[in-house]
Amino acid sequence: MATLGPNQLDSITGQTTTAHEWDGICELNTPLPRWWLWTFYASILFAVVYWVLYPAWPLATTFSHGVLGFSSRGQVAEDLQAIHAQRAQTEAGLEKASVTEIVADKKLLGLALAHGKAAFAEDCAPCHGSGGQGGKGYRNLTNEDWLWGGALDDIQTTITHGIRADYDKDTRSSAMPAFGRDGILKPEEIHQVASYVRTLSKLAPEPGVDVDAGKKIFADNCAVCHGDDGKGNLAMGSANLTDGLQLYGGDFKDLIQTIMFARNSTMPAWGTRLDPVTIKALAVFVHSLGTGQ
Amino acid sequence: MSRAQIERAHGVHGEGPLYVAAAKVYPQKVHGTFRRLKWGLLLLCLGIYYFLPFVRWDRGPNEPPQAVLADLAHSRFYFFFVELWPQEVYYFTGLLILASLGLFLSNALFGRVWCGYFCPQTVWTDLFMTVERWIEGDRRDRIKLDAAPWDANKIAKRAAKHGMWLLIAWWTGGAWVLYFADAPTLVGDLATFHASFVAYVWIGILTATTYYLAGHMREQVCLYMCPWPRIQAALTDVDALNVAYRSDRGEPRMSLKDASKTRAAGQPAGDCIDCYQCVAVCPTGVDIRQGSQLGCIQCGLCIDACDAVMAKVRRPTRLISYDTEENMKRRQRGEAPVYRLARSRTILYVVVMTIVGSLMVYKLTTRQHMGLSVLHVRAPMYTTSGQDAVRNGYALRFSNKWSDTRQFAIDISGVKDALAKSEQADALPDGRLKVSVDPDATQEIEFYVTAPRSSATEAGVPIIMRATDLKSGETVSASDHFFGP
Repeated sequence: MATLGPNQLDSITGQTTTAHEWDGICELNTPLPRWWLWTFYASILFAVVYWVLYPAWPLATTFSHGVLGFSSRGQVAEDLQAIHAQRAQTEAGLEKASVTEIVADKKLLGLALAHGKAAFAEDCAPCHGSGGQGGKGYRNLTNEDWLWGGALDDIQTTITHGIRADYDKDTRSSAMPAFGRDGILKPEEIHQVASYVRTLSKLAPEPGVDVDAGKKIFADNCAVCHGDDGKGNLAMGSANLTDGLQLYGGDFKDLIQTIMFARNSTMPAWGTRLDPVTIKALAVFVHSLGTGQ
Repeated sequence: MSRAQIERAHGVHGEGPLYVAAAKVYPQKVHGTFRRLKWGLLLLCLGIYYFLPFVRWDRGPNEPPQAVLADLAHSRFYFFFVELWPQEVYYFTGLLILASLGLFLSNALFGRVWCGYFCPQTVWTDLFMTVERWIEGDRRDRIKLDAAPWDANKIAKRAAKHGMWLLIAWWTGGAWVLYFADAPTLVGDLATFHASFVAYVWIGILTATTYYLAGHMREQVCLYMCPWPRIQAALTDVDALNVAYRSDRGEPRMSLKDASKTRAAGQPAGDCIDCYQCVAVCPTGVDIRQGSQLGCIQCGLCIDACDAVMAKVRRPTRLISYDTEENMKRRQRGEAPVYRLARSRTILYVVVMTIVGSLMVYKLTTRQHMGLSVLHVRAPMYTTSGQDAVRNGYALRFSNKWSDTRQFAIDISGVKDALAKSEQADALPDGRLKVSVDPDATQEIEFYVTAPRSSATEAGVPIIMRATDLKSGETVSASDHFFGP
C-alpha cells in the first residue's frame, strides 16, 4: 500500500489518516470530541481549586493548609462533638439515675451496658482482659472472687477511688505484710502455712509439710484479716482463700511467693480520669459480667 | 533519515486534528407508530419517576407510610409490601441479576429496546428535545437560529429554552430526593427552606447532570460514555430483531425520477429515494442505511419517517423496519423470512431468570418476622464459678420485623441442668426468660448459662437457643457451644 499523504482518505474506511505509516499500515485519525478535551481542562481546574481550598502541598516544615481550614483530624473532632450532642439526651438519663435505678430500667440498662462495654475496652481491658477474664494478678471479673465487694455500689466505689491509689484519700486500702521479707515468719513456717492454705480450697497439701503446724500459724498470723475459716473480709479486701480462685495463683510456689513478699497491687482511681456517667456505666457493665451481687 | 526528511516525507505538519467539535444533531419532528409508542412510554416512565414517592402504603403506626422509600437514616428499604433490612441486601443482588439477564433477553429478542425506549438518557433527552422544538421550532428553524446573530429574538428563545430545561432538571433532582424521605413532608421542607443541606446538594447534583446530559451531551453519552452499546454489539446475533434498512429492497438507491426511468428501461431500481428523512429524524444523527452501528439506539423513529415517505411515493412501507440479519440474507436468496424467538440463548436466559426469580420469591415469602443470632463470649471462653459450676457467656441478638413491640421467650437445650441468666431479661411465670424487642428493631442482650462441670467438655457441648414470639408463636433458633475445663 502506498503511503498516504496528509489528510488523504483511507480507501476502505473513508477516514483521514494520521500520516504515520509502519510497514505499509497507516494509522487512522479518529479525533476525539472536543468536550472530551474540556473535561480534561476542567479536571486540571478542579485540581487547582482543590489546592487552594484544601491541604495539598507538602512544604519544607509544614504543608499548604488550604483556605477552608479543613483537616481530617478536625473533622473527627467535629464528628465526636456531634456524637456527644446526639447522646446528651440519653446520657442525661444515666446522669440522674443511681446505678441501682439504671439496672432496674431496661432502657437505661441497655444504654449503660453499651456505654460501659466501650469504656471497658478502652480503659479496663489492658489489665482485666477484653472480656474481663483478667490474668495473674489482675482480677478476673467474671467469677465471684470479689475482694472489695461485688454489689453495684461496691463496684462503683472501687472504680471511682481505685485500690491503693495513694492520691485518692477514699481509695480502697489495705496492706498484707511481707511475712518472709520482713522476717515475721521463717521459711519453714511459710511452707507450712502455704500448705494449709491449699487445704482450705480442698487442694492437695504439699507432701512432707506439716499442715497442722500451718493451721496454727494461720490462726496466729492470718486469721485476723482472712478470718478463722479463711473466707476473707470484703471490708478490708482480704481474699477468700476457700474458693480455689486465687488472684496470684493457688500453686504451692505462688502461695509461698505471695506470703513471702506480699502483693498489694494497685488500681487507678478512675474518678480522677472519667466522668461520673462513664463510671456508672462501667460499674453496671462489670456487674453484668455475670457474678455481681 | 533526518527528522526534517521524515517530516517532509510524511507531512507531520499536515496531520488531521486530534480533537474536533462534535457535529450537532438537529432531529426533525416525526409522526407514526413508533413515535406514538415512545410518547406513551415516555409519559409512563416519567409519571412513575415523578409521582411514585407520593404513593402511600399503610404499614402500621411505627413505620413510614410511603410505598417506595430508601430510609438511609434507619437503614431500611421499603417497596410496597416488602421491607428490607441491610442484611437482606442480597435481594438487590438478585434484582440486579434479573435486570441484566432481562437486558440480555430483550437484546436477543428485539435489540436495543432498552436504549430506544426506556433508558433515562433517551427519555429525558426526548423530553428536552420536545421542549426545544416547542420553543425554537423544528429542524430547519433551529439550524437557522443557530446561525442567526444574537438579536432579541434569539436571546429570548434561548433564555426560554434553557429556563425550561433547568426547571425540568430541577424537578428531576427534586423528585430524586423524595425517594429518601417522607415525600409530602420533604416537599414542605424544601419549599420553606427547612430541608437538610444534603437534600439541596443532591437536588443540585441531579439538576446539573440532567441539564447537561439531556440538554447538551445527548447522543455523546451513548457514543462515548455508555458501556452497553459495546456489550450489546458483542451479544447480538443474526436472529435478533433490530431496526434495519432492508438493503435488499432499497438498493440501488436513486431519486424518484431516476428510479421510474430505470424501471421503465427494465433495470432494477431500489425503493430508497435517498431523501435523507431517516437521517433527519434520527436523535443520534446516524444513517441507518449503513447498517447496525454503535450510534443507533434503535428507537424506530426512522421507520416512521421512511414509512411516511414510502406512502407518499406509493411504494410498500417498512423499507426500514425491525428485521433480522438472517432474514435479509434469506430474502436475497428468495427464501421466506423466519422469526426464531425461541433460540438456545433466549431459552437459557428465560430459564435462568425463572430460577433466580423463583428463588427470590421463595425467600421473600418464607422469610421469618423474627431473627436470633448468637455470639459466644470468647474472653474468657468459660468461667469456673465456685467449685462445681461452669458458666458460658453469649451475646444474643433478637430481630423483630413486626411493626409492634414483641415479647420473645428464650429456651435453651442441649446442656444438662443448665440455668440461664440475663440482667436484660425478665422471668416468665414458667421460669423462662423473656425479652421485649421494639418494633422493627433489634435488641442485643448479654446472656449467661451456668451448668455443673459434668455437663461441659473442653471441646464444647452443642447448645441450642430458641426464641418464641409470645403473640404469634413463631419460633427461631440458633446454636452454639458450651465449653468447660
